Amino acid sequence: MEENLLEIEDLSVHFHTPEGIGRAVDHVSLSIAKGETLGLVGESGCGKSVTSLSILGLIPSPPGRIHSGHIYFDGKDLRSMGENALRHVRGRDISMIFQEPMTSLNPVLPIGRQVAEPLMVHHRISRQAALEEAVQWLNRVKIPAPEKRLHEYPHQLSGGMRQRVMIAMAMVCRPRLLIADEPTTALDVSIQSQILSLMEGLRHETGMSLLLITHDLGVVAQMAKRVVVMYAGQVVEVAGLQDLFERPFHPYTQGLLKSIPRLGSRAAGKKERLKEIKGTVPSLLDPVSGCKFADRCPRVFDVCRERQPELEAIRDGQQARCWKTQFSERSGRYA
Amino acid sequence: MVRYFIKKLITLVVLLLLVSITVFSVLYVLPGDPAQIILGLNATEETLANLRAELGLDRSFWVQYLGWIGDILSGKGSWSINYDMPVYDLILSRLAVTGPLALMAMLIGIVISVPLGIYAARHQNRPGDMIVMFFTQLGLATPEFWLGILLILLFAVKLGLFSAGGFPGWSVDVWGSLKALLLPAFALGVIRASILTRLTRSSMLDVLREDYVRTARAKGLRERSVVYVHALKNALVPVLTILGLQLGQLLAGAIIIENVYYLPGLGRLVFQAIGQRDLPVVREIVLFMAAAVIIVNFLVDMAYASIDPRIRLE
Repeated sequence: MEENLLEIEDLSVHFHTPEGIGRAVDHVSLSIAKGETLGLVGESGCGKSVTSLSILGLIPSPPGRIHSGHIYFDGKDLRSMGENALRHVRGRDISMIFQEPMTSLNPVLPIGRQVAEPLMVHHRISRQAALEEAVQWLNRVKIPAPEKRLHEYPHQLSGGMRQRVMIAMAMVCRPRLLIADEPTTALDVSIQSQILSLMEGLRHETGMSLLLITHDLGVVAQMAKRVVVMYAGQVVEVAGLQDLFERPFHPYTQGLLKSIPRLGSRAAGKKERLKEIKGTVPSLLDPVSGCKFADRCPRVFDVCRERQPELEAIRDGQQARCWKTQFSERSGRYA
Repeated sequence: MVRYFIKKLITLVVLLLLVSITVFSVLYVLPGDPAQIILGLNATEETLANLRAELGLDRSFWVQYLGWIGDILSGKGSWSINYDMPVYDLILSRLAVTGPLALMAMLIGIVISVPLGIYAARHQNRPGDMIVMFFTQLGLATPEFWLGILLILLFAVKLGLFSAGGFPGWSVDVWGSLKALLLPAFALGVIRASILTRLTRSSMLDVLREDYVRTARAKGLRERSVVYVHALKNALVPVLTILGLQLGQLLAGAIIIENVYYLPGLGRLVFQAIGQRDLPVVREIVLFMAAAVIIVNFLVDMAYASIDPRIRLE
């Protein structure tokens, strides 16, 4: 087993709102090995972004607050670090890129400066030297005529180009972990795969780890070796990529997979309707005594509504939070 | 940038032209005969007619307007009936009071409001923010003449640090003139700062929620650079708009506060000129006031462009 670069242990993040406490992240544990790409999957509002933001201490506070748990990066507990020490981790050891390249770049600052900034802060080099390195990185993320782009502003670039700039900005200090929060969701499909292969190439070159947050299982299939599925603030399944697609255990994961449109299912004469998961995510404000997925689960039985299941191992490398682990369908393929 | 500049410049000229026509025609249709005012009620019909011809009042509207605007553009201007001197010189001498007063008031307003607004935004809903919000609410509700009187009572009457009013003149006593403007400028500035503080706060709050501020934090920037570089530059645009409007208004003369402090400024000049039916003075000052607002707004537009590349590179 390789050494883990990032380990999140029992993390809970609460949002204090006038309506009550929202448990956005509820006892989440996950780990990423050195050089690994981990996919973090779930529908919007399931807590995947909040989990990633809390790694760098970036959850908007108030109302958000890390309630309990530990986040170890390279053996050090990020939560016990002071703001100043954490600041030196941000952008240097751990970088982030965000979903909206339109709004994630500052509209009034030139691109070159924004890309060069982490270098000036963390490596304490002159603006000139930082800009020169920024040009190299813009070149590496395949932005044409990078010297000219340095002085341009975000609104002069296309969405794909902006995301490339974001990647260059995240990479300049050669981080050991890159957190990509829905990096391709806002982009055209044709640009999506370019951006993904760019990130994959950079990961391969630099040996960094990648935490890829997405709701798109297609993206996960292309990038990740291991996948964590979240639902309503909890991890419901952890699996290797192959296991996830071939024998998903948790009914929620199964539902997610069934809701992907499949090319050719019509031609094969099946004429199946696309399956959606019925119902909606429960409010994070109401404490649920049983399984949080119970109301939407096609396999629900009595115990599901009474007690919450724990995350249990199913086979090597696969875990699920479901009462089924305790009962009949423990082995074999679940249809 | 050049295109933007030219576009705004053309707008500026057209606006000034329209304003001049409006000002002239409003005062043209107003009842009251300048010749009658100059000569008094006992003047004979003949002398009145002679004076009207001399002043050009018997000619058509457009001839009169073109004559007036020609005089203004050539730098001659009109002649004040009451003061018996060129209106230009009159305005200039009064602007020497109102101009510095307006600038000092704005400076005080900015120095108070921008840091306070940023502070309040960063401590939203905490005690510091609530105190700021309380005092700005108070400032908004305070009439400036009343604050002016209070300041006189405290600093002039009780403490004797300032004179209660009047203006010695720049050529007589520079320090004394500056001191005479300080209290009224403070009264004007504090009231304006109330609006500007609230505006800075809300604008800053909006910007601090933006994705690019999160990006800046994620890069590991110091909180100082996040707030003062990444956020502030974006937050200033709406503040600048109101700042420009306020400066324009102040240049047009703070009529009330100039009366409270007996300052020989533009506001008092126009106030008196109206009472004396000194039409040429009223006409030119109103034109000047409108021009001041328009020109300051033009400068604000230029400032926008220097802050926001999306405007500059349009």
